[in-house]
Amino acid sequence: MTLLTVNGLHKFFGGVVAARDVTFTVARGEMLAIIGPNGAGKSTVFNMVGGQLKSDRGKVLLDGHDITYTSPQKRFRRGVGRTFQVAQTFLSMSAAENVQMALISCNRQSNRLWTAARERHRDKAVELLSRVGMAEAADVACSALAYGDVKRVELAIALAGQPKLLLMDEPTAGMAPRERAALMDLTASITESQGIGVLFTEHDMDVVFGHAARVLVLLRGQIIAAGSPDEVRQDEQVKRAYLGDARALEPLRGMSPA
Amino acid sequence: MLALDPAFLAVQALSGLSSASSLFITACGLTIVFGVTRIVNFAHGSLYMIGAYTAATLVPRLLELSFGPVTFWAGILASAIVVGLIGVIIEVLLLRRIYGAPELFQLLATFGVVLVVQDLVVQVFGPQDILGPRAPGLRAPVEILGRRFPSYELVLIAAGPIVLGLVWLLLRKTRFGVLVRAATQDRDMVASLGVNQALLFTGTLFLGAFLAGLGGALQIPRVSAHAGMDLSIIAEAFVVTVVGGMGSVPGAFLAALIIGQLQAFGILVFPKSTLVVVFLLMAVVLAIRPHGFFGRAEIVGGTHAVGIASRALLPRRHFILLVVIAILAGIPLVADAYLLKVATEILIFALFAFSLQLLIGVGGVVSFGHAAFFGLGAYGAALAVKWYGVSMEAALPLGLALAALGAGLVGAFVVRLSGIYLAMMTLAAAQILYAVAFQWVEVTGGDNGIVGVWPAPWASGPIPYYLLTAALTVVTVLLLKRIIDAPFGYALRAARDSEARAEAIGLSVRQHRWLAFIIAGAAAGLAGGIYAFSRGSVDPSLLGISTSVDALTMLLLGGIQTVIGPLVGAAALHALRDWIMPITSLWRLFLGLSIIAMVLIFPRGLVGTIRDWWGARA
Amino acid sequence: MATTSTIRWLALGAALALGAPAAQAQQAPIKIGELNSYAQWAAFTVPYRNGWQMALDEINAKGGVLGRKIEIVSRDDGATTGSATRVADELVSREGVSLLFGSFLSNVGVAMADYANQKKIVYIAAEPLTDAVTMAQGNRYTFRVRPNNFMQVGMLVDQAKASGAKRWAIVAPNYEYGQSAAAVFKRLIQERVPGAQIVTEQYPALGKIEAGATASAIEQAKPDGIFNVLFGPDLTQFVREGNTRGLFEDATVLSLLTGEPEWLLPLKDEVPEGWTVTGYPWDEVKEPKHKAFIDAYRAKYNDTPRLGSLLGYMVMTMIRDSIERAGSTDTDAIIKALEDAKFDTVIGPVTMRGIDNQSTMGAWVGKLVLKGAAGGMTDWTYKDGASFMPTEAEVKAVRKD
Repeated sequence: MTLLTVNGLHKFFGGVVAARDVTFTVARGEMLAIIGPNGAGKSTVFNMVGGQLKSDRGKVLLDGHDITYTSPQKRFRRGVGRTFQVAQTFLSMSAAENVQMALISCNRQSNRLWTAARERHRDKAVELLSRVGMAEAADVACSALAYGDVKRVELAIALAGQPKLLLMDEPTAGMAPRERAALMDLTASITESQGIGVLFTEHDMDVVFGHAARVLVLLRGQIIAAGSPDEVRQDEQVKRAYLGDARALEPLRGMSPA
Repeated sequence: MLALDPAFLAVQALSGLSSASSLFITACGLTIVFGVTRIVNFAHGSLYMIGAYTAATLVPRLLELSFGPVTFWAGILASAIVVGLIGVIIEVLLLRRIYGAPELFQLLATFGVVLVVQDLVVQVFGPQDILGPRAPGLRAPVEILGRRFPSYELVLIAAGPIVLGLVWLLLRKTRFGVLVRAATQDRDMVASLGVNQALLFTGTLFLGAFLAGLGGALQIPRVSAHAGMDLSIIAEAFVVTVVGGMGSVPGAFLAALIIGQLQAFGILVFPKSTLVVVFLLMAVVLAIRPHGFFGRAEIVGGTHAVGIASRALLPRRHFILLVVIAILAGIPLVADAYLLKVATEILIFALFAFSLQLLIGVGGVVSFGHAAFFGLGAYGAALAVKWYGVSMEAALPLGLALAALGAGLVGAFVVRLSGIYLAMMTLAAAQILYAVAFQWVEVTGGDNGIVGVWPAPWASGPIPYYLLTAALTVVTVLLLKRIIDAPFGYALRAARDSEARAEAIGLSVRQHRWLAFIIAGAAAGLAGGIYAFSRGSVDPSLLGISTSVDALTMLLLGGIQTVIGPLVGAAALHALRDWIMPITSLWRLFLGLSIIAMVLIFPRGLVGTIRDWWGARA
Repeated sequence: MATTSTIRWLALGAALALGAPAAQAQQAPIKIGELNSYAQWAAFTVPYRNGWQMALDEINAKGGVLGRKIEIVSRDDGATTGSATRVADELVSREGVSLLFGSFLSNVGVAMADYANQKKIVYIAAEPLTDAVTMAQGNRYTFRVRPNNFMQVGMLVDQAKASGAKRWAIVAPNYEYGQSAAAVFKRLIQERVPGAQIVTEQYPALGKIEAGATASAIEQAKPDGIFNVLFGPDLTQFVREGNTRGLFEDATVLSLLTGEPEWLLPLKDEVPEGWTVTGYPWDEVKEPKHKAFIDAYRAKYNDTPRLGSLLGYMVMTMIRDSIERAGSTDTDAIIKALEDAKFDTVIGPVTMRGIDNQSTMGAWVGKLVLKGAAGGMTDWTYKDGASFMPTEAEVKAVRKD
């Protein structure tokens, strides 16, 4: 069942084409990875789906609703949750308050002036944190958490909106290798159990080929290949795109480079 | 009056051009310094003033040695170099230490320099205005379409484009210029190039200060060097750089041209509204182009937000609150009339500073014109008394409503901006209101203000009025505290911490900030209204820059990361002022040095420092 | 930088703390509050302070008044209305001064008059010139020594009659003093010079004149007479621009206060010769008593006197006389001792008119001339203020008390 339909997205920056006729779909419960060399347009596509960038042409449909021109706020209410390449959390708040804030917004209570915020949705927030394994850190200030933990809090925030679609921009960037796998396993189990579609970009090929059901390869703003991890790995064009280094796409044995 | 006599129009336009040139030379330095260091240097006007004083003192001595154009221009150049060196001193002693500090701290620190220089200039050059000599060979006017026009003004008109050309050459053709441009576009890139950044910044400050000094020195044949030059030029230079786009030299040139003409012809159309016109231009430009003509969003410093963070609740907070209220209520038992007056004022300023905390500490919205709402509240109350004869009980809510309305209007424009543009826009809004209060004499009484704003009989007398003030302040502060702890306050903090994250969880950042403006404005308006009745009068200075700076200083002094910081800061600053000001006429020097010291040594403020110290001990 | 300054402050504080008790050795001195814009308008107010300081030293050297020394508690009034009344409040409630004097800007003077009325304390406006202080906003507690706008403009308008100029331009700073002077001029010129009309009015903001544009806007109206109220930096710029553009060549120029040394000295040799002004030709004063004051002042301060110096000196001596006559520092007694009282001052007898509390001190009216490297006055006469004061009927019509 198709959750997200992206159809013919274009984005120009001045004369530079950042995205050209990008078309793909994401189904419920599916994890789709976008890969490509630096500057291939991954983040551009990503931010057009998230609403941080306006596309110049093309359509984005979520559950059949056109969200091409809606603001990030409205996309959130339609069921788009996201994490950022550099984790974006509220550093002046505790982990629980971060999630509470998302829950408050989800319940449209952010204009309330009376009952204290820290008393709202506390249980739900702790439950979400426990789902990402951060329940013990609920009352720790976000600014005091290790980066990997911050990323997990960010995931809890994204999940607070009960998203249908989860956008994760380099979810494991800056994390230690062991943490990476753990976070992605966690993501996979959550999305699977709730039927959430996931779109993510990633540099770490272990993560990509270990978790993605399908992979899109972007080069200079265009999709040059799409399919299962194995199909993509065999694609000649993809191999060339990675500077002739066919081994770059091979599953790495032993330690992966951090 | 507006007869379309071509000769008259030509001469008027030339006058406008020469003002534009002078303005550009000064503003150009400001915009270059901002481009590289990201610091809006309030002290740029002070450097301009020093340039004028130095030239007015130095050039006549040189002319005594050898009279001639060469001596004159050499003297002007020498003065500009002296000012450039002073700029280097300021960079090494102060700016270098605050490049990474939040914008608010930078603005305040450089404003501290303004205060220091104001007193020092009088100490060094004496109280009297100094009229500089005229340029040799340029005393005689020239005829333009049958009208006489000062030939020196023609030289000035040429000086603007010449400086523009030289700066252009410097920026394009020298390594220093390439680095300056690179830094203006992407500071991190320059850092990664392995450039000696300290030297680059010092050099930039020399260039900026040199241009300020040159701008000032070039004025001496037309203007006597006097002690009020700094603030009048800095206000205009701000407008020029903001309208042109911060960091953009051609933008500054274009903006200066427009402003010069606006002033030259503005005095014909609105002879009594000269002050408003310039700031209105800035408001209009920013409303249409939020980053000025050639400015770019990304050059504005990133998230420099500092502010209050979540903290564990104090164990006996209700008890502490009761004790504080009891102490406040008990003060009339021990204090005499004068101390009560001081206490009343402290409470008013505490409320004023606290309302600003909602914007800055909670929302990360650095308003540099909070006096606008304080003044609107005061004027709203006073106008209601003067024109409609209403009682105090009705006038206070009316003042509050006017302030909230004003804040809603200003906020609607301002929430679209961020960082330094936002600070400048709020400053402009306050300046517009100041100018309106100052020049709309029929309604506001102009600089005389409005007198006879006395409290209702039941509240008059020091004790009842103190108690009324205390009650209103405590209730409002508690309400605001409630709001800060409520989802709304958290939403503001969320937007301050990470705008991208806040949007991604569905928060309407602008709408929240707008509402914050209205709430903060209303609270400041209430403080202003109470203030008006405590004094019995209002005057335009309530809307002035120094009132805004007072509130910011209180915030900074108390500690911007704490909720009760502004309350403590208000008490500390006002008590200090009450103690020091009678002793000396060098109050500004003292206040300026204190502000600088606070920024450099105690950026966390009194409450923050004490809390850290307490935390470290525990 | 910060530390040395702090040390200096501490030293200053200690010096004051130690110095104060020593001064109160015998009988408690009479405390008098004084406030003025020393920081903002130092050019005028510092010579003024020298003036009252000199009188104070003389008075205290002779044993003070009523057997007590006089102590002046002097403050900066911040040059705004709100700040001035705040400072006044501090002087009255904390320092417990018996009366207040001072202030420079007219708007501050008006606010101070209102304050004096509210707090029922005597305030002697030394310098503010607006009529309001003794007319519309006047009250029994507020007195003024210096001749007000109405009187000084009146003296100038008499000169205008002789010139024959009919088309008048007005240029005045846009605040209380300028507005008030312009209003008086408009009224008097039309009353006293038949056929006179105002062709243009320019009101630049105080301290923010666009001189070139203002001068050419006036030039455009082709006036044959110009009435100027600008002073300070605004005046300097305006004179330069006007001189270069020949604005003053064919026009009669009447200018308030420009003959006062405080505003003449900064103009150096660029004095607009031929302007008819009110001022203070101290260098040509012959009366022995006045001359003695000038010599003493020059000896004491190694500087030439300004009008402010004279004014400060006169106000101080008049305060002394009033307290002596009142026999106490009681407000009502001092008011009685001031109202309709004659004072023997260095410039001759001056009466404090009781109906509006305005003194009959006059002004020197003459023409500007270049004397060596600086400007001065010539063809001057001293106009006694008594013959230029508003009539009793006029006073009664506007005063509320």
